[in-house]
Amino acid sequence: MKHLIDIKDLSVEEIDELIEVAKDIIKNPDKYSKKCEGKILATLFFEPSTRTRLSFESAMLRLGGNVLGFSEANSSSTAKGESVSDTIRVVGEYSDIIVMRHPKEGAPVVAAEKSIVPIINAGDGGHNHPTQTLTDLLTIKCEKGRFDNLTIGLCGDLKFGRTVHSLISAMVRYPKVKFILISPEELKIPSYIKKEVLDKNKIEYIETQNIEEYMNKLDILYMTRVQKERFFNEADYIRLKDSYILDEEKIINSKKDLCIMHPLPRVNEISVKIDNNPKACYFKQAKYGKFIRMALILKLLEEC
Amino acid sequence: MNIDSIKNGYVIDHIKEGKGMQIYEDLKLGELNCPVAIIKNAKSNKMQKKDIIKVDGNIQLNIDVLGYIDSDITINVVKDSKIIKKYHPELPEKITNIIKCKNPRCITSIEQELDQVFVLTDKEKRVYRCKYCESKAK
Ligand SMILES: [Zn+2]
Repeated sequence: MKHLIDIKDLSVEEIDELIEVAKDIIKNPDKYSKKCEGKILATLFFEPSTRTRLSFESAMLRLGGNVLGFSEANSSSTAKGESVSDTIRVVGEYSDIIVMRHPKEGAPVVAAEKSIVPIINAGDGGHNHPTQTLTDLLTIKCEKGRFDNLTIGLCGDLKFGRTVHSLISAMVRYPKVKFILISPEELKIPSYIKKEVLDKNKIEYIETQNIEEYMNKLDILYMTRVQKERFFNEADYIRLKDSYILDEEKIINSKKDLCIMHPLPRVNEISVKIDNNPKACYFKQAKYGKFIRMALILKLLEEC
Repeated sequence: MNIDSIKNGYVIDHIKEGKGMQIYEDLKLGELNCPVAIIKNAKSNKMQKKDIIKVDGNIQLNIDVLGYIDSDITINVVKDSKIIKKYHPELPEKITNIIKCKNPRCITSIEQELDQVFVLTDKEKRVYRCKYCESKAK
């Protein structure tokens, strides 16, 4: 593994390895606190994403390394028209590993071709965001103890939500995984995901518009935001939005060990009243995000 | 130029009716100095009608372009007025700078110096995807 551009680049074994390292970091943080001493991580955010950037910076600092970078393109040379290729060549001279986020799809592929140091894709438009998927996988592993034999409910915007698409692609590689796809008609999972990912891997799935219908079957409930911009008219949005807001009442029939996930930031799709429920895992998920990023940095720098 | 006989060059046969001009342009045959002929609506046993292109000159054909446009066409290599080789172009694994990515969100839309590279991702269905954003060609 030299770069991480797309979650599909990682084999099941490589994912397992990263997860094992992350779990060991959680257990023995001191063992890792100086692993990256003297190393520099560059965070190139051509498009702002404070949460993701802070997660990477915290990860590097916890490994004893240093960070530098920019958090939006208008404070960088890109605003003056410099290409990704040129920026990467220059920054590669100043750092040992680069994290980049870019609004254009495929920008990290260009970076990886030109770079002399490892590149981590922290999101390229609506295309890939592999460390989010790794975060989700570590959360599932730590909270459920396994990847197989799980019924996973995915709820909200299943049409445009890339986190949902790549989580599906990652999970279909494990045996006995089932999906309940919960969304309004307008935001159903695209047919190419059904054909090329679910059907191709002979995965069982059910599509429903009702969040409560299969609640008692779920091991994991992955919530996403239903965005207003996705609807043709406001009336449809108003009619539908509340049916996909998770509250105490909707999870009454859920399993005792249900794990509720959300990639954050949340707007109102999960009631704050659920936050203290032991089933709520989304803040833990953010914490796991830092640990898997630590594991990934170590792996790419060949420090573990 | 005698259309029927060429000395050294190529006869590109079994081109789907009407595709001859596209191949002429994509192979940039208009830039050649040697004689080039396009025959449209020729009679064919296999197909109802076909186009044929003849090039009388020792040039380097871009086989990948031909394979991408239509891997069913036949390439006849002519030497000393005899056909010495006859074959179908293979579906290329990768095509560079033949088609452009039409995804407005693709990095190639803003970084002009990048090659337009498409990769064969499904051989049966002949699907090519942009190497950068993975959009399907066409
Ligand atoms: Zn593209």
